[in-house]
Amino acid sequence: MTAIRVGHLYPDYLNIYADRGNIAVLTQRAAWRGHELQVSALGMGDAIAPGEHDLYYVGGGQDREQLLVAEDLVAKAEALHEAVDRGAAALAVCGGYQLFGRGYRGFHGEDMPGIGLLPLETVAGDRRMIGDVLIACELESGERRTLAGFENHVGRTHLDPGAEPLGRVLAGFGNDGESGVEGCRAGRVIGTYLHGPLLPRNAWLADWLLAQALAHRVGSDEAPELEPLPDELEGQAHEVSAARARSRGGRFDG
Amino acid sequence: MRPRPPLALEIAAARGVAALSRRLRVGGGTTIPGKLLAELDRGAIDRLAARLPAGTAVVSATNGKTTTTAMAAEILRPRHRLAHNRAGANLVSGVASALLGAGDADLGLFEVDEGALPELLRRLQPRAVCLGNLFRDQLDRYGELELVAERWRAAVAELPAAARLVYNADDPQLAAVAEARVGSVAFGLDDPSVARPSLQHAADSKYCVHCGTPYLYAAAYVGHLGDYRCPRGDHERPPLEVAARAVSLHGLERAAFRLDTPEGSRPVELRLPGLYNVYNAVAAAALARALGAKLDEIASGLERFSAAFGRFERIDVGGKRILLLLIKNPAGANEAVRTLVDGGAPKVLVVALNDEIADGRDVSWIWDVDFEPLLPSLETLVAGGGRAAELALRFRYGGLDQHAIELEPDLGNALDRGLELTPDGGELVLLPTYTAMLGLQRLLASRGLAKPYWERSA
Repeated sequence: MTAIRVGHLYPDYLNIYADRGNIAVLTQRAAWRGHELQVSALGMGDAIAPGEHDLYYVGGGQDREQLLVAEDLVAKAEALHEAVDRGAAALAVCGGYQLFGRGYRGFHGEDMPGIGLLPLETVAGDRRMIGDVLIACELESGERRTLAGFENHVGRTHLDPGAEPLGRVLAGFGNDGESGVEGCRAGRVIGTYLHGPLLPRNAWLADWLLAQALAHRVGSDEAPELEPLPDELEGQAHEVSAARARSRGGRFDG
Repeated sequence: MRPRPPLALEIAAARGVAALSRRLRVGGGTTIPGKLLAELDRGAIDRLAARLPAGTAVVSATNGKTTTTAMAAEILRPRHRLAHNRAGANLVSGVASALLGAGDADLGLFEVDEGALPELLRRLQPRAVCLGNLFRDQLDRYGELELVAERWRAAVAELPAAARLVYNADDPQLAAVAEARVGSVAFGLDDPSVARPSLQHAADSKYCVHCGTPYLYAAAYVGHLGDYRCPRGDHERPPLEVAARAVSLHGLERAAFRLDTPEGSRPVELRLPGLYNVYNAVAAAALARALGAKLDEIASGLERFSAAFGRFERIDVGGKRILLLLIKNPAGANEAVRTLVDGGAPKVLVVALNDEIADGRDVSWIWDVDFEPLLPSLETLVAGGGRAAELALRFRYGGLDQHAIELEPDLGNALDRGLELTPDGGELVLLPTYTAMLGLQRLLASRGLAKPYWERSA
């Protein structure tokens, strides 16, 4: 049994799209394989000690909550960069994804700082991008998988040239409704707009994150193979969600 | 400008469509004539409303607007002939339909969708407005909570000076909406013995509306509703003018409280369970009072009231009973769960999750509901509706054994399986989302077990 240590950033503030569902999935899938997920909250003013967490999680919030945490997150930026340089994994969803970039430029010019863990920035758009979404990923060479979820964001996220997106949009808006890509991946750090929540219906990504966290835990470059689970319900939920994206995923008309 | 057809002609045409819709059995026809009227001339709504001699009153809230409005209707019925959108059609078109069917009504009483409130306040120019609560709900449809509150604030600011605003002071967002309005009436709950031990996970407005500091709660009742105060002194719950005190909850059967008003107090025995229905009752009381109802009328009206459409219904099905409780967002579903647990948690449960527009296409909210208190006594979960697998996962990852979960996306199959698992003389609990509830009602009606909703009285 290995204890996998998760640092959950601002669970009181950033939790709007059922982020605790993602944590529940990580917890159970670790437990079913005999590992214990130890989740600690990292709130306002809490210090981060690099190396103490194997996986960081940050969810989404309303604009007001996001603004409240943005400044505090900047104070944690240096420690988070060091933690990630030392091999910690991270998943940032929606608002958290935006904060993991370099920053957010609001509609009326008000800015929100980011921490630059991901090579991207976000600008407010004039239309909200809301709907079911399906993307194709290849996190490990040759392993093609899909992620199905729901997006609801007004920010348009632009990746730096050469940055690696999380996936290619099959249906839905994605980062900006134009580029045809969604999310961003840098090593063991994943950022995405997909909620719903993301992990219950995309169990393979939960396992990928757990494997990365375990690799960090034992100080390895190589992520371990996890024992497979039945995942029938997960598969069915994925299929329904993917079908919704194909039939009614969002797109800008003309 | 387009020439305007005469009002009488529009009305006749729209009514004809409603009758046709019912005859063809395509639905209750509850919004079709209104949609037509809204197409033809939205201003007709203003003129129809202005014809009502006693004016109009409006109820909006994320949760409980159908029940609150129906309770207020029960209180007011002895003194008014009401035009009331009781089937829950609460968009502009639904209110237009109710106005078209107003007949000899003297008072309009309408529940109004959160998003439609600003336009309808402008068109109806109501005498009284009741604001019940703001919870996170259908973020895919309404946008963020703050945005809804902001639109409400602007709409309330434009109300005519004579309009009375009654609002739930236990909701910090609503207290802020009402702040600037002179003569607004605060209602709420005041009984720490029925408070939650802590704020629920799904609590929304946890931070001071003025300075962002987390509120301290002397009592948290439902979601973020409660007796709150900013530790920096920037905001606190206003004093309650109409309050429910000495609350007692009796499982799945009923609830009682003392209604306190400046005119005096009355004990009230509700034939509905749950703290959320006490909130609905005190909201209805405050609204009816603003419309001139006397304390005794209020108390007896509330005690006469049984249930609003689909919100809490018991239906007999050949020696067994069905208990139908609508769920649609975390705050409401948490109260349904709490009420079930208080009444003895069921062994068999059918939960039906759909993801149509009226349900919310984004189903992530089920992960914010605290279903866990149901798990210890739950032997079988029948997961139904279009997103049955998603719902099954919610319970699976919440800790329910996978052998206790049955997947039946088809509503008829889910209902049949639930009934099969229910012993004779027993009660089957169904928790459907909105369109799943309509689907189940249709099923029950087609089996001759319940009347179609458009044929029922309130």
